[in-house]
Amino acid sequence: MPPIISIRGVTKSYASGFQALKLVNLDIDKGEIFALLGPNGAGKTTLINIICGIVTASAGTVTADGCDIVDDYRAARSMIGLVPQELSTDAFETVWATVSFSRGLFGRAPNPTFIEGLLRDLSLLDKRNSRIMTLSGGMKRRVMIAKALSHEPQILFLDEPTAGVDVELRRDMWNLVRGLREKGVTIILTTHYIEEAEEMADRIGVINKGTLMLVENKHDLMKKLGKRQLTLHLQTPLQHIPDELRFWALELKAEGHDLVYTVDSADSVDISALLKRLNELSIVIKDLQTHQSSLEDIFVNLVTERT
Amino acid sequence: MNRPALIHSFNRHGVWAIYKFEIARALRTLVQSLVTPVITTSLYFVVFGAAIGSRLVTTSGVSYGAFIVPGLIMLALFTESLSNASFGIYFPKFTGTIYELLSAPVSYAEIVIAYVGAAVTKSVVLGLIILATASLFVPIKILHPLWMIAFLLMTACTFSLFGFIIGIWAKGFEHLQFIPMLVITPLTFLGGAFYSIDMLPPAWRAFSLFNPIVYLISGFRWSFYGAADVSVGISLGMTVGFFAICLWLVSWIFKTGYRLKN
Ligand SMILES: Nc1ncnc2c1ncn2[C@@H]1O[C@H](COP(=O)(O)OP(=O)(O)OP(=O)(O)O)[C@@H](O)[C@H]1O
Ligand SMILES: [Mg+2]
Repeated sequence: MPPIISIRGVTKSYASGFQALKLVNLDIDKGEIFALLGPNGAGKTTLINIICGIVTASAGTVTADGCDIVDDYRAARSMIGLVPQELSTDAFETVWATVSFSRGLFGRAPNPTFIEGLLRDLSLLDKRNSRIMTLSGGMKRRVMIAKALSHEPQILFLDEPTAGVDVELRRDMWNLVRGLREKGVTIILTTHYIEEAEEMADRIGVINKGTLMLVENKHDLMKKLGKRQLTLHLQTPLQHIPDELRFWALELKAEGHDLVYTVDSADSVDISALLKRLNELSIVIKDLQTHQSSLEDIFVNLVTERT
Repeated sequence: MNRPALIHSFNRHGVWAIYKFEIARALRTLVQSLVTPVITTSLYFVVFGAAIGSRLVTTSGVSYGAFIVPGLIMLALFTESLSNASFGIYFPKFTGTIYELLSAPVSYAEIVIAYVGAAVTKSVVLGLIILATASLFVPIKILHPLWMIAFLLMTACTFSLFGFIIGIWAKGFEHLQFIPMLVITPLTFLGGAFYSIDMLPPAWRAFSLFNPIVYLISGFRWSFYGAADVSVGISLGMTVGFFAICLWLVSWIFKTGYRLKN
Protein backbone atom coordinates (compact mmCIF):
# COMPACT_ATOMS: atom_id res chain seq x y z
CA MET A 1 0.00 0.00 0.00
CA PRO A 2 1.44 3.41 -0.90
CA PRO A 3 2.10 5.68 2.08
CA ILE A 4 -0.65 8.14 2.99
CA ILE A 5 1.95 10.82 3.58
CA SER A 6 5.25 10.92 1.83
CA ILE A 7 7.89 13.47 2.77
CA ARG A 8 10.85 13.73 0.41
CA GLY A 9 13.95 15.82 0.96
CA VAL A 10 12.21 18.50 2.98
CA THR A 11 14.35 21.26 4.44
CA LYS A 12 13.39 24.50 6.10
CA SER A 13 15.37 27.63 6.77
CA TYR A 14 13.43 30.45 8.41
CA ALA A 15 13.86 34.04 7.28
CA SER A 16 16.21 34.54 10.22
CA GLY A 17 18.56 32.08 8.50
CA PHE A 18 17.95 29.43 11.13
CA GLN A 19 17.78 25.95 9.69
CA ALA A 20 14.95 24.21 11.48
CA LEU A 21 14.82 21.10 9.28
CA LYS A 22 17.93 19.61 7.73
CA LEU A 23 16.73 16.98 5.27
CA VAL A 24 13.70 15.00 6.18
CA ASN A 25 12.47 11.87 4.41
CA LEU A 26 9.56 10.07 5.95
CA ASP A 27 6.64 7.88 4.94
CA ILE A 28 3.54 7.54 7.05
CA ASP A 29 1.39 4.48 6.50
CA LYS A 30 -2.35 4.63 6.14
CA GLY A 31 -4.17 4.00 9.37
CA GLU A 32 -1.20 4.10 11.70
CA ILE A 33 -0.52 6.22 14.74
CA PHE A 34 2.83 7.86 14.33
CA ALA A 35 4.50 9.65 17.20
CA LEU A 36 7.11 12.29 16.58
CA LEU A 37 9.34 12.67 19.60
CA GLY A 38 11.94 15.31 20.16
CA PRO A 39 13.15 17.94 22.57
CA ASN A 40 12.04 21.59 22.42
CA GLY A 41 13.04 23.23 19.19
CA ALA A 42 13.71 19.95 17.40
CA GLY A 43 11.54 20.92 14.43
CA LYS A 44 8.39 18.91 15.12
CA THR A 45 5.99 21.82 14.71
CA THR A 46 7.89 23.08 11.70
CA LEU A 47 7.50 19.72 9.96
CA ILE A 48 3.79 19.50 10.76
CA ASN A 49 3.19 23.08 9.67
CA ILE A 50 4.87 22.41 6.35
CA ILE A 51 2.63 19.42 5.69
CA CYS A 52 -0.47 21.40 6.64
CA GLY A 53 0.39 24.43 4.50
CA ILE A 54 1.14 26.91 7.27
CA VAL A 55 4.87 27.08 6.62
CA THR A 56 6.51 26.90 3.20
CA ALA A 57 9.30 24.35 2.86
CA SER A 58 12.63 25.63 1.56
CA ALA A 59 13.07 22.46 -0.50
CA GLY A 60 11.52 19.07 -0.99
CA THR A 61 8.06 17.71 -1.64
CA VAL A 62 5.23 16.31 0.43
CA THR A 63 2.27 14.34 -0.83
CA ALA A 64 -0.90 13.39 1.01
CA ASP A 65 -2.56 10.33 -0.46
CA GLY A 66 -0.72 11.03 -3.67
CA CYS A 67 -1.70 14.71 -3.86
CA ASP A 68 1.12 17.23 -3.77
CA ILE A 69 0.55 19.67 -0.92
CA VAL A 70 1.50 22.65 -3.10
CA ASP A 71 0.27 21.83 -6.60
CA ASP A 72 -2.84 20.02 -5.48
CA TYR A 73 -3.35 21.81 -2.17
CA ARG A 74 -7.13 21.68 -2.26
CA ALA A 75 -7.26 17.90 -2.43
CA ALA A 76 -4.39 17.48 0.03
CA ARG A 77 -5.70 19.92 2.61
CA SER A 78 -9.28 18.73 2.54
CA MET A 79 -8.14 15.36 3.89
CA ILE A 80 -6.03 16.82 6.67
CA GLY A 81 -7.11 18.06 10.09
CA LEU A 82 -4.75 19.89 12.42
CA VAL A 83 -4.81 20.57 16.13
CA PRO A 84 -2.00 23.06 16.55
CA GLN A 85 0.26 23.36 19.54
CA GLU A 86 -0.93 26.83 20.50
CA LEU A 87 -4.44 27.33 21.80
CA SER A 88 -5.75 29.99 19.47
CA THR A 89 -9.48 30.39 19.26
CA ASP A 90 -12.04 33.01 18.40
CA ALA A 91 -12.89 34.08 21.92
CA PHE A 92 -16.23 35.68 21.05
CA GLU A 93 -17.61 32.86 18.96
CA THR A 94 -19.75 30.06 20.36
CA VAL A 95 -18.53 26.48 20.28
CA TRP A 96 -21.17 25.54 17.73
CA ALA A 97 -20.40 28.48 15.44
CA THR A 98 -16.67 27.94 15.44
CA VAL A 99 -16.89 24.21 14.74
CA SER A 100 -19.43 24.78 11.95
CA PHE A 101 -17.16 27.50 10.57
CA SER A 102 -14.27 25.05 10.32
CA ARG A 103 -16.38 22.51 8.49
CA GLY A 104 -17.43 25.12 5.94
CA LEU A 105 -13.91 26.45 5.56
CA PHE A 106 -12.74 22.99 4.59
CA GLY A 107 -15.33 22.90 1.86
CA ARG A 108 -17.94 20.62 3.34
CA ALA A 109 -21.67 21.21 3.32
CA PRO A 110 -23.28 21.85 6.73
CA ASN A 111 -24.14 18.73 8.69
CA PRO A 112 -25.63 19.58 12.09
CA THR A 113 -26.09 15.92 12.99
CA PHE A 114 -22.42 15.23 12.49
CA ILE A 115 -21.33 18.30 14.47
CA GLU A 116 -23.69 17.35 17.27
CA GLY A 117 -22.22 13.84 17.45
CA LEU A 118 -18.71 15.24 17.40
CA LEU A 119 -19.45 17.61 20.26
CA ARG A 120 -21.03 14.78 22.18
CA ASP A 121 -17.96 12.59 21.71
CA LEU A 122 -15.82 15.38 23.06
CA SER A 123 -18.19 16.11 25.98
CA LEU A 124 -18.84 19.59 24.63
CA LEU A 125 -22.49 19.28 23.76
CA ASP A 126 -23.74 21.14 26.82
CA LYS A 127 -21.32 23.96 25.96
CA ARG A 128 -22.44 24.31 22.37
CA ASN A 129 -23.89 27.77 22.91
CA SER A 130 -21.17 29.04 25.21
CA ARG A 131 -18.69 31.56 23.99
CA ILE A 132 -15.22 30.10 23.80
CA MET A 133 -13.75 32.65 26.17
CA THR A 134 -15.95 31.27 28.94
CA LEU A 135 -14.43 27.78 28.63
CA SER A 136 -11.55 26.28 30.59
CA GLY A 137 -8.23 25.54 28.92
CA GLY A 138 -8.97 21.83 28.61
CA MET A 139 -12.35 22.55 27.04
CA LYS A 140 -10.72 24.96 24.60
CA ARG A 141 -8.34 22.22 23.56
CA ARG A 142 -11.30 19.95 22.95
CA VAL A 143 -12.88 22.68 20.84
CA MET A 144 -9.70 22.78 18.78
CA ILE A 145 -9.96 19.02 18.31
CA ALA A 146 -13.60 19.34 17.29
CA LYS A 147 -12.62 21.99 14.75
CA ALA A 148 -9.92 19.73 13.34
CA LEU A 149 -12.36 16.83 13.02
CA SER A 150 -15.28 18.89 11.76
CA HIS A 151 -14.61 18.10 8.11
CA GLU A 152 -14.09 14.36 8.69
CA PRO A 153 -10.39 14.28 7.76
CA GLN A 154 -8.58 11.07 6.90
CA ILE A 155 -5.36 12.34 8.39
CA LEU A 156 -5.15 14.05 11.75
CA PHE A 157 -2.19 15.96 13.12
CA LEU A 158 -2.06 16.49 16.85
CA ASP A 159 0.75 18.84 17.84
CA GLU A 160 1.25 18.14 21.53
CA PRO A 161 -2.38 17.42 22.22
CA THR A 162 -1.86 16.67 25.87
CA ALA A 163 0.37 19.55 26.91
CA GLY A 164 -1.21 21.11 29.98
CA VAL A 165 -4.06 18.65 30.05
CA ASP A 166 -5.13 16.76 33.17
CA VAL A 167 -4.96 12.99 33.52
CA GLU A 168 -8.62 12.43 32.85
CA LEU A 169 -8.71 14.49 29.69
CA ARG A 170 -5.54 12.80 28.54
CA ARG A 171 -7.26 9.43 28.92
CA ASP A 172 -10.25 10.75 26.96
CA MET A 173 -7.95 11.98 24.27
CA TRP A 174 -6.21 8.65 23.97
CA ASN A 175 -9.55 6.90 23.70
CA LEU A 176 -10.61 9.35 21.03
CA VAL A 177 -7.43 8.73 19.08
CA ARG A 178 -7.91 4.97 19.29
CA GLY A 179 -11.51 5.34 18.14
CA LEU A 180 -10.39 7.41 15.18
CA ARG A 181 -7.79 4.86 14.26
CA GLU A 182 -10.43 2.18 14.25
CA LYS A 183 -12.30 4.27 11.70
CA GLY A 184 -9.21 4.27 9.54
CA VAL A 185 -7.92 7.74 10.33
CA THR A 186 -4.15 8.14 10.20
CA ILE A 187 -2.82 10.03 13.20
CA ILE A 188 0.45 11.85 13.56
CA LEU A 189 1.14 13.28 16.98
CA THR A 190 3.99 15.01 18.68
CA THR A 191 4.54 14.79 22.35
CA HIS A 192 6.99 15.34 25.12
CA TYR A 193 5.41 12.60 27.20
CA ILE A 194 7.19 9.45 26.29
CA GLU A 195 4.68 7.24 27.98
CA GLU A 196 2.14 8.70 25.61
CA ALA A 197 4.10 7.56 22.57
CA GLU A 198 4.74 4.27 24.27
CA GLU A 199 1.09 3.71 24.95
CA MET A 200 -0.39 5.08 21.75
CA ALA A 201 1.92 4.87 18.81
CA ASP A 202 2.52 2.13 16.28
CA ARG A 203 5.67 3.76 15.05
CA ILE A 204 7.96 6.32 16.52
CA GLY A 205 10.19 8.90 14.92
CA VAL A 206 12.82 10.72 16.92
CA ILE A 207 13.79 14.15 15.68
CA ASN A 208 16.53 16.32 17.09
CA LYS A 209 17.97 19.60 15.81
CA GLY A 210 16.13 19.28 12.52
CA THR A 211 17.27 15.75 11.75
CA LEU A 212 15.10 12.69 11.86
CA MET A 213 17.41 10.37 13.74
CA LEU A 214 15.37 7.22 13.75
CA VAL A 215 12.04 5.83 12.63
CA GLU A 216 11.09 2.51 14.04
CA ASN A 217 8.20 0.30 14.86
CA LYS A 218 7.64 0.83 18.57
CA HIS A 219 8.13 -2.81 19.54
CA ASP A 220 11.25 -3.21 17.43
CA LEU A 221 12.60 -0.06 18.95
CA MET A 222 12.03 -1.28 22.43
CA LYS A 223 13.54 -4.62 21.57
CA LYS A 224 16.52 -3.23 19.82
CA LEU A 225 17.39 -0.48 22.16
CA GLY A 226 15.66 -1.49 25.31
CA LYS A 227 18.08 -2.74 27.93
CA ARG A 228 16.97 -5.02 30.66
CA GLN A 229 18.81 -5.17 33.90
CA LEU A 230 18.73 -7.69 36.69
CA THR A 231 20.09 -6.38 39.95
CA LEU A 232 20.99 -8.95 42.60
CA HIS A 233 21.40 -7.64 46.14
CA LEU A 234 24.03 -9.80 47.82
CA GLN A 235 24.15 -10.98 51.43
CA THR A 236 27.86 -10.33 51.67
CA PRO A 237 29.64 -7.87 49.37
CA LEU A 238 32.06 -9.14 46.75
CA GLN A 239 35.49 -7.58 46.19
CA HIS A 240 35.58 -8.58 42.53
CA ILE A 241 33.62 -10.67 40.10
CA PRO A 242 34.72 -14.32 40.27
CA ASP A 243 36.31 -15.69 37.11
CA GLU A 244 33.66 -18.37 36.85
CA LEU A 245 31.11 -15.65 36.07
CA ARG A 246 32.95 -13.96 33.20
CA PHE A 247 30.53 -15.49 30.72
CA TRP A 248 27.84 -13.05 31.83
CA ALA A 249 27.93 -9.25 31.42
CA LEU A 250 28.12 -8.46 35.08
CA GLU A 251 29.03 -5.38 37.05
CA LEU A 252 29.55 -4.78 40.72
CA LYS A 253 27.76 -1.80 42.19
CA ALA A 254 27.05 -0.30 45.59
CA GLU A 255 30.51 -1.24 46.94
CA GLY A 256 30.11 -4.86 46.03
CA HIS A 257 26.62 -5.23 47.46
CA ASP A 258 24.88 -5.33 44.09
CA LEU A 259 25.61 -7.55 41.16
CA VAL A 260 24.09 -6.08 38.00
CA TYR A 261 23.42 -8.20 34.96
CA THR A 262 22.60 -6.24 31.81
CA VAL A 263 20.83 -7.85 28.88
CA ASP A 264 21.22 -5.79 25.75
CA SER A 265 18.75 -7.52 23.54
CA ALA A 266 16.18 -10.21 23.64
CA ASP A 267 18.45 -13.05 22.64
CA SER A 268 20.56 -15.34 24.78
CA VAL A 269 19.22 -14.58 28.18
CA ASP A 270 20.21 -17.28 30.56
CA ILE A 271 19.22 -16.20 34.00
CA SER A 272 18.65 -19.61 35.46
CA ALA A 273 22.20 -20.68 34.54
CA LEU A 274 23.53 -17.56 36.20
CA LEU A 275 21.53 -18.20 39.34
CA LYS A 276 22.67 -21.83 39.39
CA ARG A 277 26.30 -20.82 39.07
CA LEU A 278 25.92 -18.23 41.84
CA ASN A 279 24.45 -20.91 44.02
CA GLU A 280 27.39 -23.21 43.29
CA LEU A 281 29.75 -20.41 44.28
CA SER A 282 27.77 -19.96 47.52
CA ILE A 283 26.97 -16.36 46.73
CA VAL A 284 23.79 -15.71 48.66
CA ILE A 285 21.16 -13.45 47.11
CA LYS A 286 19.14 -11.33 49.51
CA ASP A 287 16.80 -9.75 47.00
CA LEU A 288 16.50 -9.07 43.32
CA GLN A 289 15.13 -6.39 41.05
CA THR A 290 14.56 -6.10 37.34
CA HIS A 291 14.42 -2.99 35.25
CA GLN A 292 13.40 -2.60 31.65
CA SER A 293 14.41 0.60 29.94
CA SER A 294 11.49 2.67 28.71
CA LEU A 295 11.28 4.80 25.64
CA GLU A 296 12.29 7.63 27.89
CA ASP A 297 15.70 6.08 28.52
CA ILE A 298 16.05 5.21 24.86
CA PHE A 299 15.13 8.71 23.90
CA VAL A 300 17.51 10.38 26.32
CA ASN A 301 20.26 8.07 25.15
CA LEU A 302 19.63 8.90 21.52
CA VAL A 303 19.41 12.59 21.98
CA THR A 304 22.49 12.87 24.19
CA GLU A 305 24.67 10.30 22.44
CA ARG A 306 24.43 11.73 18.98
CA THR A 307 24.75 15.40 19.66
CA MET B 1 -14.18 6.95 5.62
CA ASN B 2 -16.07 8.68 2.91
CA ARG B 3 -13.90 10.90 0.82
CA PRO B 4 -15.21 14.42 0.60
CA ALA B 5 -16.54 15.55 -2.71
CA LEU B 6 -13.45 17.47 -3.69
CA ILE B 7 -13.51 21.09 -4.47
CA HIS B 8 -11.38 21.51 -7.52
CA SER B 9 -12.87 24.73 -8.73
CA PHE B 10 -14.41 26.97 -6.09
CA ASN B 11 -14.77 26.37 -2.37
CA ARG B 12 -18.14 28.03 -1.93
CA HIS B 13 -18.71 26.59 1.54
CA GLY B 14 -15.37 28.03 2.61
CA VAL B 15 -16.07 31.48 1.19
CA TRP B 16 -19.51 31.50 2.74
CA ALA B 17 -18.10 30.45 6.13
CA ILE B 18 -15.64 33.35 6.19
CA TYR B 19 -18.22 35.81 4.89
CA LYS B 20 -20.75 34.78 7.52
CA PHE B 21 -18.09 34.94 10.22
CA GLU B 22 -17.22 38.50 9.25
CA ILE B 23 -20.83 39.62 9.10
CA ALA B 24 -21.48 37.99 12.49
CA ARG B 25 -18.53 39.93 13.87
CA ALA B 26 -20.13 43.17 12.69
CA LEU B 27 -23.50 42.23 14.15
CA ARG B 28 -21.84 41.48 17.50
CA THR B 29 -20.43 44.97 17.50
CA LEU B 30 -23.47 46.55 15.92
CA VAL B 31 -23.12 49.76 17.87
CA GLN B 32 -19.53 50.22 16.84
CA SER B 33 -20.15 49.07 13.29
CA LEU B 34 -23.17 51.12 12.38
CA VAL B 35 -24.40 53.48 15.06
CA THR B 36 -21.12 55.26 15.65
CA PRO B 37 -20.53 56.24 12.00
CA VAL B 38 -24.17 57.30 11.65
CA ILE B 39 -23.88 59.60 14.66
CA THR B 40 -20.55 60.98 13.49
CA THR B 41 -21.93 61.70 10.05
CA SER B 42 -25.04 63.31 11.47
CA LEU B 43 -22.79 65.58 13.51
CA TYR B 44 -20.85 66.58 10.41
CA PHE B 45 -24.15 67.22 8.79
CA VAL B 46 -25.46 69.38 11.61
CA VAL B 47 -22.24 71.39 11.92
CA PHE B 48 -21.24 71.79 8.27
CA GLY B 49 -24.58 71.38 6.62
CA ALA B 50 -27.03 73.17 8.84
CA ALA B 51 -24.95 75.59 10.92
CA ILE B 52 -22.32 76.78 8.48
CA GLY B 53 -23.91 75.70 5.25
CA SER B 54 -27.00 77.84 5.66
CA ARG B 55 -24.75 80.87 5.18
CA LEU B 56 -23.17 79.50 2.03
CA VAL B 57 -24.36 79.31 -1.53
CA THR B 58 -23.03 76.72 -3.91
CA THR B 59 -22.29 77.06 -7.56
CA SER B 60 -24.56 74.43 -8.97
CA GLY B 61 -27.79 75.55 -7.43
CA VAL B 62 -27.84 72.71 -4.92
CA SER B 63 -28.18 73.65 -1.27
CA TYR B 64 -24.96 73.25 0.69
CA GLY B 65 -26.56 70.66 2.95
CA ALA B 66 -27.46 68.47 0.00
CA PHE B 67 -24.11 69.20 -1.65
CA ILE B 68 -22.06 67.59 1.12
CA VAL B 69 -24.13 64.38 1.34
CA PRO B 70 -22.14 62.45 -1.32
CA GLY B 71 -18.88 63.56 0.30
CA LEU B 72 -20.07 62.40 3.72
CA ILE B 73 -21.07 59.03 2.36
CA MET B 74 -17.72 58.67 0.61
CA LEU B 75 -15.83 59.62 3.77
CA ALA B 76 -17.71 56.95 5.71
CA LEU B 77 -17.22 54.46 2.91
CA PHE B 78 -13.46 55.01 2.87
CA THR B 79 -12.93 54.67 6.58
CA GLU B 80 -15.36 51.80 7.09
CA SER B 81 -14.07 49.75 4.18
CA LEU B 82 -10.52 50.26 5.31
CA SER B 83 -11.08 49.48 8.95
CA ASN B 84 -13.39 46.52 8.38
CA ALA B 85 -11.21 44.77 5.87
CA SER B 86 -7.93 45.51 7.61
CA PHE B 87 -9.22 44.41 10.99
CA GLY B 88 -10.86 41.32 9.52
CA ILE B 89 -7.60 39.85 8.25
CA TYR B 90 -5.33 41.37 10.90
CA PHE B 91 -7.21 39.94 13.86
CA PRO B 92 -6.67 36.24 12.99
CA LYS B 93 -3.00 37.03 12.51
CA PHE B 94 -2.97 38.62 15.94
CA THR B 95 -4.82 35.84 17.76
CA GLY B 96 -3.13 33.03 15.82
CA THR B 97 -6.37 31.64 14.37
CA ILE B 98 -4.91 32.37 10.92
CA TYR B 99 -3.44 28.85 11.10
CA GLU B 100 -6.81 27.49 10.15
CA LEU B 101 -7.19 29.73 7.13
CA LEU B 102 -3.71 28.81 5.92
CA SER B 103 -4.31 25.09 6.35
CA ALA B 104 -7.74 25.12 4.70
CA PRO B 105 -8.44 24.23 1.07
CA VAL B 106 -9.25 27.82 0.16
CA SER B 107 -7.39 29.70 -2.53
CA TYR B 108 -6.05 33.19 -1.98
CA ALA B 109 -8.64 34.52 -4.38
CA GLU B 110 -11.38 32.94 -2.28
CA ILE B 111 -9.93 34.44 0.89
CA VAL B 112 -9.95 37.88 -0.72
CA ILE B 113 -13.46 37.45 -2.07
CA ALA B 114 -14.77 36.45 1.34
CA TYR B 115 -13.07 39.14 3.43
CA VAL B 116 -13.43 41.92 0.90
CA GLY B 117 -16.98 40.86 0.09
CA ALA B 118 -17.95 41.10 3.74
CA ALA B 119 -16.25 44.48 4.16
CA VAL B 120 -17.97 45.79 1.02
CA THR B 121 -21.35 44.58 2.26
CA LYS B 122 -20.90 46.33 5.58
CA SER B 123 -19.72 49.62 4.15
CA VAL B 124 -22.34 49.75 1.40
CA VAL B 125 -25.08 49.10 3.96
CA LEU B 126 -23.56 51.83 6.06
CA GLY B 127 -23.43 54.19 3.09
CA LEU B 128 -27.09 53.59 2.40
CA ILE B 129 -27.96 54.16 6.06
CA ILE B 130 -26.11 57.47 5.98
CA LEU B 131 -27.96 58.39 2.82
CA ALA B 132 -31.24 57.64 4.56
CA THR B 133 -30.17 59.64 7.62
CA ALA B 134 -29.20 62.59 5.45
CA SER B 135 -32.50 62.54 3.61
CA LEU B 136 -34.14 63.33 6.94
CA PHE B 137 -32.25 66.64 7.01
CA VAL B 138 -32.34 67.74 3.38
CA PRO B 139 -34.22 66.79 0.23
CA ILE B 140 -31.93 64.62 -1.88
CA LYS B 141 -32.30 63.78 -5.51
CA ILE B 142 -30.35 61.11 -7.30
CA LEU B 143 -30.17 61.75 -11.02
CA HIS B 144 -28.27 58.61 -11.96
CA PRO B 145 -29.11 55.92 -9.38
CA LEU B 146 -27.38 53.10 -11.28
CA TRP B 147 -24.17 55.09 -11.54
CA MET B 148 -24.56 56.03 -7.92
CA ILE B 149 -24.63 52.33 -6.95
CA ALA B 150 -21.79 51.59 -9.34
CA PHE B 151 -19.54 54.27 -7.79
CA LEU B 152 -20.57 53.14 -4.33
CA LEU B 153 -19.71 49.51 -5.00
CA MET B 154 -16.52 50.18 -6.84
CA THR B 155 -15.22 52.54 -4.18
CA ALA B 156 -16.18 50.11 -1.43
CA CYS B 157 -14.38 47.30 -3.27
CA THR B 158 -11.27 49.39 -3.85
CA PHE B 159 -10.97 50.57 -0.26
CA SER B 160 -11.80 47.15 1.15
CA LEU B 161 -9.03 45.65 -0.96
CA PHE B 162 -6.75 48.42 0.21
CA GLY B 163 -7.78 47.71 3.81
CA PHE B 164 -7.08 44.03 3.30
CA ILE B 165 -3.58 44.91 2.13
CA ILE B 166 -3.06 47.11 5.19
CA GLY B 167 -4.27 44.29 7.42
CA ILE B 168 -1.73 41.90 5.94
CA TRP B 169 1.05 44.47 6.10
CA ALA B 170 0.26 45.58 9.65
CA LYS B 171 2.46 44.39 12.47
CA GLY B 172 0.44 46.01 15.22
CA PHE B 173 -2.91 47.64 15.88
CA GLU B 174 -1.36 51.09 15.49
CA HIS B 175 -0.56 50.24 11.87
CA LEU B 176 -4.26 49.69 11.22
CA GLN B 177 -4.93 53.31 12.20
CA PHE B 178 -1.86 54.72 10.54
CA ILE B 179 -2.91 55.00 6.89
CA PRO B 180 -6.56 55.93 7.49
CA MET B 181 -5.59 58.68 9.91
CA LEU B 182 -2.53 60.01 8.15
CA VAL B 183 -3.52 59.67 4.54
CA ILE B 184 -7.17 59.03 3.88
CA THR B 185 -8.83 61.49 6.24
CA PRO B 186 -6.69 64.50 5.17
CA LEU B 187 -7.03 63.64 1.50
CA THR B 188 -10.79 63.37 1.90
CA PHE B 189 -11.08 66.73 3.63
CA LEU B 190 -8.89 68.29 0.94
CA GLY B 191 -10.63 66.30 -1.77
CA GLY B 192 -13.80 68.26 -2.03
CA ALA B 193 -16.00 66.41 0.42
CA PHE B 194 -17.25 69.69 1.88
CA TYR B 195 -16.69 72.09 -0.99
CA SER B 196 -16.36 72.13 -4.72
CA ILE B 197 -12.75 72.49 -5.75
CA ASP B 198 -13.99 75.13 -8.17
CA MET B 199 -14.30 77.37 -5.11
CA LEU B 200 -10.52 77.18 -4.62
CA PRO B 201 -7.98 79.65 -6.02
CA PRO B 202 -6.53 78.32 -9.32
CA ALA B 203 -3.19 77.23 -7.81
CA TRP B 204 -4.87 75.14 -5.13
CA ARG B 205 -7.30 73.80 -7.62
CA ALA B 206 -4.48 72.51 -9.82
CA PHE B 207 -2.80 71.04 -6.78
CA SER B 208 -6.02 69.27 -5.76
CA LEU B 209 -6.06 67.39 -9.03
CA PHE B 210 -3.17 65.30 -7.71
CA ASN B 211 -5.46 64.10 -4.96
CA PRO B 212 -7.05 60.84 -6.09
CA ILE B 213 -9.94 61.26 -3.68
CA VAL B 214 -11.14 64.30 -5.67
CA TYR B 215 -12.06 62.06 -8.58
CA LEU B 216 -13.94 59.57 -6.45
CA ILE B 217 -16.02 62.21 -4.69
CA SER B 218 -16.61 64.21 -7.85
CA GLY B 219 -17.90 61.21 -9.77
CA PHE B 220 -20.11 60.16 -6.93
CA ARG B 221 -21.54 63.64 -6.55
CA TRP B 222 -22.21 63.77 -10.27
CA SER B 223 -24.41 60.67 -9.94
CA PHE B 224 -26.52 62.69 -7.48
CA TYR B 225 -26.71 66.16 -8.96
CA GLY B 226 -25.30 65.87 -12.46
CA ALA B 227 -22.61 68.45 -11.67
CA ALA B 228 -18.97 67.55 -11.15
CA ASP B 229 -15.59 69.13 -10.47
CA VAL B 230 -13.91 66.97 -13.08
CA SER B 231 -15.40 65.10 -16.00
CA VAL B 232 -17.24 61.91 -15.13
CA GLY B 233 -15.22 59.89 -17.60
CA ILE B 234 -12.02 60.75 -15.76
CA SER B 235 -13.65 59.95 -12.43
CA LEU B 236 -14.76 56.61 -13.69
CA GLY B 237 -11.36 55.86 -15.18
CA MET B 238 -9.64 56.79 -11.93
CA THR B 239 -12.02 54.68 -9.86
CA VAL B 240 -11.46 51.65 -12.06
CA GLY B 241 -7.73 52.38 -12.08
CA PHE B 242 -7.44 52.41 -8.28
CA PHE B 243 -9.41 49.22 -8.12
CA ALA B 244 -7.07 47.57 -10.60
CA ILE B 245 -3.99 48.75 -8.67
CA CYS B 246 -5.31 47.29 -5.42
CA LEU B 247 -6.22 44.05 -7.14
CA TRP B 248 -2.74 43.79 -8.59
CA LEU B 249 -1.15 44.52 -5.18
CA VAL B 250 -3.19 41.81 -3.51
CA SER B 251 -2.28 39.25 -6.12
CA TRP B 252 1.38 40.20 -5.77
CA ILE B 253 1.15 39.76 -2.00
CA PHE B 254 -0.25 36.29 -2.38
CA LYS B 255 2.16 35.27 -5.08
CA THR B 256 5.02 36.01 -2.74
CA GLY B 257 3.31 34.80 0.42
CA TYR B 258 4.22 38.20 1.86
CA ARG B 259 3.82 38.35 5.64
CA LEU B 260 1.35 35.50 5.84
CA LYS B 261 3.62 32.48 5.81
CA ASN B 262 7.10 31.76 7.04
N1 LIG C 1 9.00 31.75 12.58
C1 LIG C 1 10.21 31.34 12.95
N2 LIG C 1 11.30 32.08 12.67
C2 LIG C 1 12.53 31.67 13.03
N3 LIG C 1 12.80 30.54 13.68
C3 LIG C 1 11.75 29.75 14.01
C4 LIG C 1 10.42 30.10 13.65
N4 LIG C 1 9.59 29.14 14.09
C5 LIG C 1 10.38 28.22 14.69
N5 LIG C 1 11.68 28.59 14.63
C6 LIG C 1 12.83 27.82 15.17
O1 LIG C 1 12.86 26.56 14.55
C7 LIG C 1 13.22 25.57 15.49
C8 LIG C 1 12.19 24.46 15.50
O2 LIG C 1 11.00 24.95 16.02
P1 LIG C 1 9.72 24.04 16.19
O3 LIG C 1 8.61 24.90 16.67
O4 LIG C 1 9.51 23.29 14.94
O5 LIG C 1 10.19 23.05 17.34
P2 LIG C 1 9.36 21.93 18.09
O6 LIG C 1 10.09 20.66 17.86
O7 LIG C 1 7.95 21.97 17.72
O8 LIG C 1 9.56 22.37 19.60
P3 LIG C 1 8.55 22.29 20.84
O9 LIG C 1 8.67 20.92 21.38
O10 LIG C 1 9.10 23.30 21.77
O11 LIG C 1 7.20 22.62 20.35
C9 LIG C 1 13.37 26.27 16.83
O12 LIG C 1 14.74 26.48 17.08
C10 LIG C 1 12.67 27.57 16.64
O13 LIG C 1 13.27 28.58 17.39
MG1 LIG D 1 6.23 22.35 18.67
